[in-house]
Amino acid sequence: MMDFVNIFLSDSFWAASLRIATPLIFGVLGALLCERSGVLNLGIEGIFVVGAMTGWMAVWLGMGLWGGIVVAALSGALFGLFHGILTVIFGLSQHVSGLGITLFGTSAASFAYRTALPQVSSPPRIEPFRALDIPILSDLPFIGPVLFQQTAMTWLALFMVALVWWVMEKTALGVAIKAVGDNPDAVNAQGLSVIKLRMGSVIAGSALMALGGAFLTMSAFDAFFFGMVNGRGWICIALVIFASWQPGKALMGALLFGMFDALQVRLQTQAGAVIPGQIFLMAPYVLSIIALVIVARKADYPRALLTPWFKGQR
Amino acid sequence: MTNPLILSLRGMTKRFGSVVASDAIDLDLQRGEVLALLGENGAGKTTLMNMLFGQYTPDAGTVHVWDDTDHETVLPAGQPQAAIDARIGMVHQHFTLAENLSVLDNILLGAEPLFRLGRHTRDAREKLTRLMDDSGLIAPLDTRVGDLTVGERQRVEILKALYRDVRILVLDEPTAVLTPQEADTMFASMRAMVDRGLSVIFISHKLHEVQAFSDRIAVLRHGRKTGEMATKDADTGSIIRMMVGEDLEVPPRVAGVPKKPILELKDIHTLNAGGGQGLSGLNLTVHGGEIVGIAGISGNGQSAFAGLVSGLVQPQSGAISVNGKAMLKPSPKAMLDAGIGRIPEDRHHDGIVSAMSVAENLVIERLDAPDVQTRGFLRKSQIAENAQDLTQKYDVRGPGIEARSALLSGGNIQKLILARVLETDPDLILANQPTRGLDFKAASEVSRRLFEARDRGAGVILISEDLDEVLALADRILVMHNGHLVEADSRDRTVIGLMMAGGRAA
Repeated sequence: MMDFVNIFLSDSFWAASLRIATPLIFGVLGALLCERSGVLNLGIEGIFVVGAMTGWMAVWLGMGLWGGIVVAALSGALFGLFHGILTVIFGLSQHVSGLGITLFGTSAASFAYRTALPQVSSPPRIEPFRALDIPILSDLPFIGPVLFQQTAMTWLALFMVALVWWVMEKTALGVAIKAVGDNPDAVNAQGLSVIKLRMGSVIAGSALMALGGAFLTMSAFDAFFFGMVNGRGWICIALVIFASWQPGKALMGALLFGMFDALQVRLQTQAGAVIPGQIFLMAPYVLSIIALVIVARKADYPRALLTPWFKGQR
Repeated sequence: MTNPLILSLRGMTKRFGSVVASDAIDLDLQRGEVLALLGENGAGKTTLMNMLFGQYTPDAGTVHVWDDTDHETVLPAGQPQAAIDARIGMVHQHFTLAENLSVLDNILLGAEPLFRLGRHTRDAREKLTRLMDDSGLIAPLDTRVGDLTVGERQRVEILKALYRDVRILVLDEPTAVLTPQEADTMFASMRAMVDRGLSVIFISHKLHEVQAFSDRIAVLRHGRKTGEMATKDADTGSIIRMMVGEDLEVPPRVAGVPKKPILELKDIHTLNAGGGQGLSGLNLTVHGGEIVGIAGISGNGQSAFAGLVSGLVQPQSGAISVNGKAMLKPSPKAMLDAGIGRIPEDRHHDGIVSAMSVAENLVIERLDAPDVQTRGFLRKSQIAENAQDLTQKYDVRGPGIEARSALLSGGNIQKLILARVLETDPDLILANQPTRGLDFKAASEVSRRLFEARDRGAGVILISEDLDEVLALADRILVMHNGHLVEADSRDRTVIGLMMAGGRAA
């Protein structure tokens, strides 16, 4: 029992929670932005893979880490544009288009990887983002390892939380995005473009999703593997409901999941002899489902989510 | 002397396929006047306004606007922004508000630049406070629109237009969703704004409000303007003739002959469900051959009462019996089988399955019947034949019996429901707001059918907010207030109106 309490007292547990949460923060913010404008983006899982592959490959080809970030965001934006054209302009089913984007993105990323590296058996490595080393701050007890020995991408994720919050709550653009996800007719009646607002949100949201993938190959690991995204995109779709489409709660949700995951690894080493490891691997997902059941029953969905809008049709 | 005109529509024509929705309509609006645009559903009112606002591109015709310096502009066709720039505003019948935003955000939406750091709302608040003082239209600026009542939402819509300094305001059926009190307040506010120089066009098919509120009336029928006159010179009969093209047939009231009791409710109590008022200690007996009118302002227990009679709401205590047989487990199916036909309040959502065909909707309450199915297989030809007969008999017009019922107009959906209900020869008919939103013709058709059913021996319960309708139809009038149902001992409007407001102890 004492061991259990000790887990929560160790700085490594909290540092790991934040590290595991980082790609989810990007993903859930991206999904939030899309859904706030009224578009569900189930392409997220595929866009994660695309971001992971393109970001890594850009660095491998010699572009530098921040160049890789830009490439990943742009490729995510491209897939967002594709999803937007299908669902916003043509008004096709958001579910079908999103799943299509996921299948296409996953396969296209793997195809590009194999085409570029036909003969390689062990994935080539890049020099990933390193842990920050800030004088004084990084050396603080507890706080230092948890916050100031993370990589720059974790800080980018936290900055994005603040940025998305600020846009949604403090700018006219945010008001318009929330309005277009609730009642597109209200936006159209005021002479604003429903199509542009939704396309913009989906493209920007997809770019954020791709950064979540890029974190995996450029910060958490240093190479691209098949299957490395492993359902993180889907978790974000659940987390955005858990977060009631609010950036602050999205951060909380991602951290909570990160904690579950960090906890299961540690419990596995402590109690792994008695309980099968699969139970622990399952635990974060089961706990997420339970948390969702409790929170999502009262979820206040954007009213126009999933509903396409066409000009001149009321 | 400035030009008295502020807006002139000239020769506006719009064709949809072979249908001429608007046929060379001319319409002038003078500065500071209230023009009522009157006409039945489908007369072309909305088409005309959609052309004014650039939502539709007219096949012919021009829109002329004069600004404050009397400078004439011809609005380019089919461009909504042109109407906004000419400071023409419209309050749609279906509100265009985002429910997840505050009142202030809804009003500012589109009026402030999208790409600007931060918000500058202080000036906006000041201007809105001034507008609210001037117009008497009060709305809580920081409340979410989703938490407002319908009347408050409409005020937000009007404030939204006023905030943009509109010179011409178009109101599309503004009172369709308001209580009589809210409608009076709304009109008083509009009058105040007109006195300050606003010009108003309001679309309606309610004669009394048109006569009470407008300066001039223009009447449309079948896409043509059939008349135009000053309101003070207008007489009701001639307006109706212009609207419907013939003398309106008002069904004469002949008292019903009550027969044996059909529905008996004894001391019913229900919970307050979904924010609605429940019933407390309700007693009612409805006989065959009579129309029982339930008057009252909606939200006083009507939903619970209608739900009870149709089997959707379970009583907490009390007894229900139909034709002398106690209903121990009331359910929609049990009530239907006991001979109760239902005309629901929300005909679009509860009355039909809009994605299914007209023919299917006509048999949807009796799928067990042998002429509808054998051994689980639908008898398509029988169903189609049935639909042919009924659509003819009840004059249900639309794109055909195989078309999705969503494509029918409100009046035709109601006729479809009437056909479905009346053809099963029910012992009791529950008609909940059966004519709300219908035009004269469709409404008088509904009344006629209800009289017919009564004379055949059925009992009818009529729930209506429209006191005129209750007085015209009901043999017996009860008033619902605060979950209580009280028999009105007079047919005097003042007495009943007082009871509706809870003026007498129940």
